[in-house]
Amino acid sequence: MALVLEKHKMPEQDPQVRAHNFQEVALGYDEETAVAEANRCLGCKNPQCRPGCPVGIDIPAFIGKIKERDFDSAISIIKESSSLPAVCGRVCPQENQCEKNCVLTHKGESVAIGRLERFVADYQLDKNEEVKPIEFAPDAQKVAIIGAGPSGLTCAGDLARKGYKVTIFEALHVAGGVLSYGIPEFRLPKDKIVKREIDNLQKMGVTIEVNSIAGRLFTVDELMDEMGFDAVFVGTGAGLPHFMNIPGESLNGVYSSNEFLTRCNLMKAYDFPNHATPIVMGKKVAVVGGGNVAMDAARTSLRLGADKVYIVYRRSEAELPARAEEVHHAKEEGIDFKLLNNPVEIIGDENGWVKSLKCIRMELGEPDASGRRRPVAIEGSEFELDVDTVIMAIGNGPNPIVASTTPGMDTNKRGNIIADEETGATTKEGVFAGGDIVTGAATVILAMGAGKKAAAAIDEYLKSKK
Amino acid sequence: MFKIMYKKELSPGIFHMDIEAPRVAKKAKAGQFIVLRVDEKGERIPLTIADFDVEKGTITLIFQVLGASTMQLSALNEGDSIVDFAGPLGQPSEINGNMGTVVCIGGGIGVAPVYPIARAMHEAGNKVISIMGAKTKDILIFEDKMRAISDEVIIATDDGSYGVKGFVTTALQQLVDRGEKIDQVTAIGPGIMMKSVCDATRPLGIKTIVSLNPIMVDGTGMCGGCRVQVGDEMKFACVDGPEFDGHLVDFNNLMSRGRMFREQEAKAKEHVCNIGLGR
Repeated sequence: MALVLEKHKMPEQDPQVRAHNFQEVALGYDEETAVAEANRCLGCKNPQCRPGCPVGIDIPAFIGKIKERDFDSAISIIKESSSLPAVCGRVCPQENQCEKNCVLTHKGESVAIGRLERFVADYQLDKNEEVKPIEFAPDAQKVAIIGAGPSGLTCAGDLARKGYKVTIFEALHVAGGVLSYGIPEFRLPKDKIVKREIDNLQKMGVTIEVNSIAGRLFTVDELMDEMGFDAVFVGTGAGLPHFMNIPGESLNGVYSSNEFLTRCNLMKAYDFPNHATPIVMGKKVAVVGGGNVAMDAARTSLRLGADKVYIVYRRSEAELPARAEEVHHAKEEGIDFKLLNNPVEIIGDENGWVKSLKCIRMELGEPDASGRRRPVAIEGSEFELDVDTVIMAIGNGPNPIVASTTPGMDTNKRGNIIADEETGATTKEGVFAGGDIVTGAATVILAMGAGKKAAAAIDEYLKSKK
Repeated sequence: MFKIMYKKELSPGIFHMDIEAPRVAKKAKAGQFIVLRVDEKGERIPLTIADFDVEKGTITLIFQVLGASTMQLSALNEGDSIVDFAGPLGQPSEINGNMGTVVCIGGGIGVAPVYPIARAMHEAGNKVISIMGAKTKDILIFEDKMRAISDEVIIATDDGSYGVKGFVTTALQQLVDRGEKIDQVTAIGPGIMMKSVCDATRPLGIKTIVSLNPIMVDGTGMCGGCRVQVGDEMKFACVDGPEFDGHLVDFNNLMSRGRMFREQEAKAKEHVCNIGLGR
């Protein structure tokens, strides 16, 4: 069979149309396309894709099953390693992970591993199969998980399958963490995908308690000493938005990306006033930052009716931390990239609303600690960008509530919990941690990888205790 | 679901509700707040805890009907339930037995959140002088409760229908004039009232604590919508507060930010009326 050098194209909503609706942008492969794409896989003896997966999915094996049209087996293989395949197939940065090492990249494009994962995951969700509840032993040990985001959900799923009784405590009124409040509907549908994956975990036997703010309603010590839990996993994420500390950040019309996206995704402000949470959306928007969250905020702004949306980023295109696909989609939809520009002040009008964003042009100098070339301001190059809304998408720090109420669990000087990279063990016995609260803001799949490692370590720990 | 165990309209548009939330009641301390959602489409609104009863497992909320959500909440009755109720949130008030003489000021509905703080200060052995302010006598709330836990209560009404004619600052000035040695002022009320109190105490060098209730979404530090300028620092009212040194708070910015969603709030209220969820 002749080698097909390019991935089968992902069917997508037209950019002009989708820029004004919240429906999913990428529509997914059909069966024939999926099989044809799977047939591009050479089935290497020594597959390089698998080591690139943070949760170690047996990629050649599941693709092999798609070739045979045995989609049920394909998804079973993925589920041995991943609790949330329909999510990962949509939001993983595959080009930096599994697909990066695919042997086909020497000649052309890699196998579309992410799209194939999504195909079989959706195939199974659409079948609406009964989820078999786990039968727990009467003396099953209990594990508490703090935070129902990617790391906590993964850790919970793995532990439940091993026979532990798991309760997840979630601070918000909905489970999912960043999958629910952060990533927009048009990239990760909430009812169709996130809710169903979480429902399946619950049907399997995982208990989720929402409105439960660990560190306030109960402490980690109380979980273990009074509430009967044998181990605790902390996966509270990166929840405290950073601002730039430039003048004008408290003007009306300035949001953190967290606030903006939470209003829109979690609280469904796009459906205001049917949903009661409002959002004030201007006509000209500047989103500061170059990561996936910045792309999400920019594309959400368009969908909420903005006419002109800028991404303001201090480095160049090559350094944009966002996934290539997100940047591509944003450009297609008409987002204007103001690269090598850094905000220095937000200027307000006489009523306290944003009038413009004052920026300074940058150039790239020597590489910094991160290995990327350091942006340096070009003196005297300040200019004003005419905008009425500014969204700060420059990252998040760790939320202090759990750490500050858990004596014996140490944090580093940034406030991240110190945890062993391989096991997630913290400095407090029986307490494990993983995801963004340990690493600082990263990706869904890395958090899931951490949840997975911690589940294995908690299993070891509890066996040794029994 | 969280059940409404008790409801009373204290004065026109001002309601008292006890919500069944035993776990929250067990942990609640003076100065903290909760976040609730009335129904599945509701917004998350923060309300300061006005009282808590560990035995009954209830949290007391006092709220004024201002926007769509409070209107909807006010339309519910005893036995009805709301979908979400999370807390206790924020840092508790700093209270000890060596505070000396504390003047606790509550303006309007702000009397309700001042009450548990004043009570805790009183129980700790401090001298508590309470100043309660209202536009007019009819809308004054919590008078008996405040009298029971204060060494002295001064009432100020804008129209002079009860107590001192004037603002809470008028009553405060009277205390200063009579030579009362004040060690701390705790003031809760509308932004403009707290600002006026701080302007009055600043030249006198009296430590003044205010409790802020800015717009917020999650209440756990995640959205940053409740950011306030306190001295040189940007603080989040939900996790760093809600209480701050009033002399350092930028009240003008706080009040301006409070108006950010005003247009939308009016629209939401109209919507609630139209679909018959209000009263």
